[in-house]
Amino acid sequence: MSQSYNRGLVEDFGRWKEFSAGMWAWIFHKFTGWVLIGYLFTHIAVLSTSIGGAQGETTMVGGEELNVYTATLQGLEGLFLIRLLEVGLLAVAVFHILNGLRLLMVDLGVGLEAQDKSFYASLVLTGAITVASVPTFLTGVTI
Amino acid sequence: MSTQQAEPESQEAPEDPAMKGAESPAADEQTGGGMVDDHAEKRAELEGETVHIKVFRYDPEVEGKQEPRFDDFHVPFEKGMTVLDAVMYARDEYDSSLTFRHSCRQAVCGSDAFFVNGKQRLGCKTQISDLEQPVRIEPLPHQEVVKDLVVDMDHFYDQMHTVEPYFQDEDTPATEDLEEQRQTPENREKIKMSSRCIWCGACMSSCNIAAGDNEYLGPAAINKAYKFAMDDREDEQIKEHRLRILEQEHGVWRCQTQFSCTEVCPKDIPLTEHIQELKREAVKKNLKFW
Ligand code: HEM
Ligand code: SF4
Ligand code: FES
Repeated sequence: MSQSYNRGLVEDFGRWKEFSAGMWAWIFHKFTGWVLIGYLFTHIAVLSTSIGGAQGETTMVGGEELNVYTATLQGLEGLFLIRLLEVGLLAVAVFHILNGLRLLMVDLGVGLEAQDKSFYASLVLTGAITVASVPTFLTGVTI
Repeated sequence: MSTQQAEPESQEAPEDPAMKGAESPAADEQTGGGMVDDHAEKRAELEGETVHIKVFRYDPEVEGKQEPRFDDFHVPFEKGMTVLDAVMYARDEYDSSLTFRHSCRQAVCGSDAFFVNGKQRLGCKTQISDLEQPVRIEPLPHQEVVKDLVVDMDHFYDQMHTVEPYFQDEDTPATEDLEEQRQTPENREKIKMSSRCIWCGACMSSCNIAAGDNEYLGPAAINKAYKFAMDDREDEQIKEHRLRILEQEHGVWRCQTQFSCTEVCPKDIPLTEHIQELKREAVKKNLKFW
């Protein structure tokens, strides 16, 4: 054996079709966890711009005097993109929570033989809850 | 170099046609007649046909073969043909330089774990009729390739030895006082699955964490540690010693419960379950206030 060959990371994302349930669960959990962290910081940053609302600070919107906090929220919620992102955020949060519960079960050694089924159940439930939320999130907004 | 290769082949060669002879018509009819089986139809389709396999090739010692490539072989299908049978046929009939490890051909020795159609499997335990063609046969990922399907297993064995895979006793009695050490049936049942490991390395190769962290003990070694840590015949202090090895930075806590190892283990060992149990044991050992 004079030398050997390092094939590197063979099972990279190019092989995503071969990933199993547990692997997808892990990828989605990481992804959703970090999206939630990202959202948390954006959330704090955006809302901190209207912190003056607590002191009764106001701003003019369309010739009307509004509390800055109210104005910021109404401005955001009036955007179709924001409403769409809210649906996405809900989906991400619901999946993270459901799969998080699955992972806690896995940590406790409960139902490990059904870990793939509980992952699919998390996915299906997330889908159902997300779809059910659409009427609530997307009413009263124009594109 | 070529003489070295020829040696193991000439040992296998006489044995092999004999085996195939034993399997041929008479035996086929017998099993075929009474067989009621999900795959019967698929097998019947393949009967009399060839199986298309694509085999990873690499040879650092032959010029022109140093660049890895895939070779195609069309192997005549036989009922009951495994992936190992197919590569053996390809080697014996088409290209005697095709190199891979194998020995027992019955999922006992653990030498023929390959990466078949994107999954770590034992060649001798995988029916070729269950796979989609062309069947892609590669060496185990995340290990250095020595030649063709042969990978360097040293690191895997090192990790296995790290967990001290042997029975330990605090004070072994004098030779004349040695006696049989009995195990309760319940305890035997507890470690039964963990004791089935054949050191094939499939689990370690499938593990995404082990691929990124070379020091991670890996599922097989942790499972081996489980076998001893859960054995009642070892003293409590030794179990603690084992848990101290396992709870280190590159021990059980690296596991992210992706279940890849459990999916691929040819001996159906519930690896993730064992790793999780050891995580809980490690936590319990460190909680001293109740
Ligand atoms: C009921 C709500 C939640 C549950 C049940 C939950 C559950 C979990 C669990 C069990 C893990 C560990 C996964 C593992 O074993 O590797 C985890 C990871 C994580 N969670 Fe949550 N979580 C929840 C809410 C949140 C929220 C609100 C955030 C963000 C603000 C968040 C961010 C994360 C992050 C960043 C990780 C680490 C991901 C990684 O592995 O890199 N989680 N969560
Ligand atoms: S635990 Fe299973 S996959 Fe891993 S080395 Fe042992 S037999 Fe092979
Ligand atoms: S040849 Fe021994 S395990 Fe396959």
